[in-house]
Amino acid sequence: MPEVHLWSGLRALAGGREVVEVEGRTVGEILDALVAACPGLKEPIEAGVSVAVDGRIIASARNEPVNPDSEIYLLQRLRGG
Amino acid sequence: MALDEYRPQEGDEAYEGPREFRQVGTRPDRPDGFDKVTGRARFGADMYAPGMLHAAILRSPHAHARIVRLDTSKAEALEGVKAVVTRADFSKNVIFAPGTVGEFWNILENIMAGEKALYDGHAVAAVAATTPLIARDALKLIEVEYEILPHVTDVDEAMKPGAPVIREGAADRSVPEGMHPNVVRYHESGHGDVEAGFAEADLVIEDHFTTEATHQGYIEPHACLGTLGADGKGELWCCTQGHWYVQKVCAALLDLETANLRVTASEIGGGFGGKTTVFIEPVALALSRKAGRPVKLVMSRAEVFRATGPTASASMDIRIGMKKDGTITAAQGTFRLQGGAFPGAPMEFTAMCAFACYDLRHVRQVGYDVMTNRPKQAAYRAPGSPMAAFAVESVIDELCNRLGLDPIEVRLKNAAREGTKASYGPTYPRIGLVETLEAARAHPHYAAPLKPGQGRGISCGFWFNYGGETSVSLALSEDGSAQVMVGTPDIGGSRASMALMAAEVLGIPYENIRVTVADTGSLGYNEISHGSRVTYASGLATIKAARDAVRKLRQRAADKWGIDVEAVDWVDGCAVPSGPNAGDFDPLPLAEITKTMGATGGPISGHFEATPEGAGVSFATHIVDAEVDRETGKTRVVRYTVVQDAGKAIHPTYVEGQFQGGAAQGIGWALNEEYIYGEDGRLQNPGFLDYRIPVASDLPMIDTVIVEVPNPGHPFGVRGVGETSICPPLAAIANAVSNAAGVRLRDLPMRPSRILDELEKQRDDA
Amino acid sequence: MTKIHVTARINGDEVEFLCDPRETMLDVLRDRLGLIGAKEGCGTGDCGACSITLDGRLVCSCLMLGVEAEGREIGTVEGIAEGENLHPLQRKFIEHAALQCGFCTPGILVAAKNLLERNPDPSEEEVRYWLAGNLCRCTGYDKIIRAVLDAAAEMREAS
Repeated sequence: MPEVHLWSGLRALAGGREVVEVEGRTVGEILDALVAACPGLKEPIEAGVSVAVDGRIIASARNEPVNPDSEIYLLQRLRGG
Repeated sequence: MALDEYRPQEGDEAYEGPREFRQVGTRPDRPDGFDKVTGRARFGADMYAPGMLHAAILRSPHAHARIVRLDTSKAEALEGVKAVVTRADFSKNVIFAPGTVGEFWNILENIMAGEKALYDGHAVAAVAATTPLIARDALKLIEVEYEILPHVTDVDEAMKPGAPVIREGAADRSVPEGMHPNVVRYHESGHGDVEAGFAEADLVIEDHFTTEATHQGYIEPHACLGTLGADGKGELWCCTQGHWYVQKVCAALLDLETANLRVTASEIGGGFGGKTTVFIEPVALALSRKAGRPVKLVMSRAEVFRATGPTASASMDIRIGMKKDGTITAAQGTFRLQGGAFPGAPMEFTAMCAFACYDLRHVRQVGYDVMTNRPKQAAYRAPGSPMAAFAVESVIDELCNRLGLDPIEVRLKNAAREGTKASYGPTYPRIGLVETLEAARAHPHYAAPLKPGQGRGISCGFWFNYGGETSVSLALSEDGSAQVMVGTPDIGGSRASMALMAAEVLGIPYENIRVTVADTGSLGYNEISHGSRVTYASGLATIKAARDAVRKLRQRAADKWGIDVEAVDWVDGCAVPSGPNAGDFDPLPLAEITKTMGATGGPISGHFEATPEGAGVSFATHIVDAEVDRETGKTRVVRYTVVQDAGKAIHPTYVEGQFQGGAAQGIGWALNEEYIYGEDGRLQNPGFLDYRIPVASDLPMIDTVIVEVPNPGHPFGVRGVGETSICPPLAAIANAVSNAAGVRLRDLPMRPSRILDELEKQRDDA
Repeated sequence: MTKIHVTARINGDEVEFLCDPRETMLDVLRDRLGLIGAKEGCGTGDCGACSITLDGRLVCSCLMLGVEAEGREIGTVEGIAEGENLHPLQRKFIEHAALQCGFCTPGILVAAKNLLERNPDPSEEEVRYWLAGNLCRCTGYDKIIRAVLDAAAEMREAS
């Protein structure tokens, strides 16, 4: 099952957990499963997050595939200047 | 991979390996050059409409005040005035929400004050009249009664107990218990155990740094021309980095259907992030709806400074531990950013970028987003990153000096590489920091002798880059020329790079391609030109759209020859049989196919719509020589070299231009530029005379070295280049000043008075 | 307010206009005469984007009143090219990519042309100081300076 790493500011909203294991084959499924597992994450995820999958930073595409052994990090939503 | 092996695979962004380019990497003249040197190019304020009215905005002279009474009746009665609007003329359906979730509410509150004026320059009403002079006269007739409230403009002051509260309930749930209500967002990230790391160090330096707010300083003030009918249909012309975003925001703030507002992006006179949001467009449209006539609204320079986004100012604590051999054992940073009277200061990027250049076992970063009585900050070139680089790279330099180590060798020793766990979490794919450091070390500048009074500074910098929603359409003409419609405004020559990429794929001359920035009614959604995304994402979409057209061209050739399309290749602008088994046919040039396209299946176009997600992070290393005048405290940059990883330079001249422009803005940020607020909370320098951006006589030539470490997420290897170049200069110059004069400046800008103060302390200590 | 009738010569053509005595020459050029090449970047004479020549002297048109144009000779960016032939400065600006957004370009071209009329062989330092009143935020000036020096060299060779 993919492991999702949270930035430490999020841990208070996820029962102190740094890593959450959730089912999902895409970025979108992972995010939905995260909210189901930790309802406290609903607000920050809705505010916008980027998801780094194996080092690639996915800014918005929920349909990007995720493998069970992928390295997954939640990052705050990127934007630029 | 040879050019004849183009096989479009939808959604695949992967780098296709090294190849011989025919057009990409050359330096042709930009397609819009002629218009821009003859005065024909039309920017935001250059559009006129029959029956057009001129608008002006009344702004608060107070930093923080309750609007007790607002009476516009005398202004409305003035001869020539056709409409006056206040907050009541905008949508009631835009809902407040904490943090950045309520961004549309924040924008609305920023462009037209509600119950309170939140900063000096905050809009409170607007007028449209038959001439600009009448509009200005009418503003004087608007009566506003203010109840002045206590204000705060400094980030550290705004966090203290007892500081005036800008807005209750603006904080989101990330903020720890017990913080002041002005602290509206909180970030914390990192890995390892920093205290254990510091225990391993031979030297730990902890220091405090500040940077002032600086403005993007685009020379073109915001300008627009809007028409909105009572039927809810409208047209808008404006200078913006993203007209689909303008369309979306205006529709929300005025209760319109998005598709009923067509937005056309004018030529844009600089943006640097400052034109990624909306300030005046909904105001012009609201006035137009009320007056029933087109309304032109152009900001003055003072309005640009007072009421559009500067960057955030920052207060930062950095602690870094190093071993005698230069190994960094741990790093920790606390970053407090104020972004004006709204949530959104980019403190999470400051935190995430701060240590991104280094391979660290123990790292921790904390960020606070703080509200003050200042204008709403807007993105500015790599938002949040330059201030972090200033603080972190200054401490690293100080460690190198005290341990007697070479600054480039130390950075190489600790540099992040492919496989390094980034300070912000994930593992890096292929990146180019080491290559920029090696190129800097090998550059003649690094070994050149310095004159007395001069010092040399080094700094690295990092920025993420970005993809984003992108649509491109490419249409072929009967004569074999091609028009490319992109949706990302051309801020710095991007039409040229799009044309080069299309020419490369189609195999036709660059000159036969016309690139147009399409309006919102002519193309699918495009995200703003930001995050260094244009050459990456619009470029990728242009390549894909051209390949889509090539596939159709191959099909026409296949039909003509009576063979399968898979047996047709595309080589140098011609369809050719893929091998001896495919048949013996002469190459069929593109123009031969398009000549008869109407009769062989119809017009041929190529399209691509997607959200490319393969943006590659980028790194830079800068070398600067500075000279400090010990009598006046003035610092002069005497030599400057930018080394940056572009992934692949599509049009190298414009890549160099981005490197040079970012360096120049960084030099201004380091030495001269700052928002100065008086005790009364008013901005004291809202003009180019007192807010001094670098002029030609301030700067030397700026050398550039383009490093090309391909981005794994782009077919040609493109990374963005627009932003990273502003990250290293602040620290590079501070380090040069330190080496030139023996004083360490921890507060920006390093204006002469600050340098003199430090020199005086130095004399006192001696 | 009563408007004033003004006659002037702009880019060689005689023009007449009516203007409010409070209107700047920049407003007149742009809003009354359709010459939008001069830009307003500041309105206070700090940025040079509105540079024009007045009887051969370089001025900021935002600091000049429209009525002051009476009987004078004015040059704007629209008058730099001769028909379809670009001035060497214009060609060199394109060739060297001396513009990114292009907003400051008209003012810089007017100023640079004025410099080369006075000094056909300026040093880099002279170009930098002459153009110090023209702000560019995109380029860091490097390519602008190179383009001006290159145009000057070409013009010297041609003369």
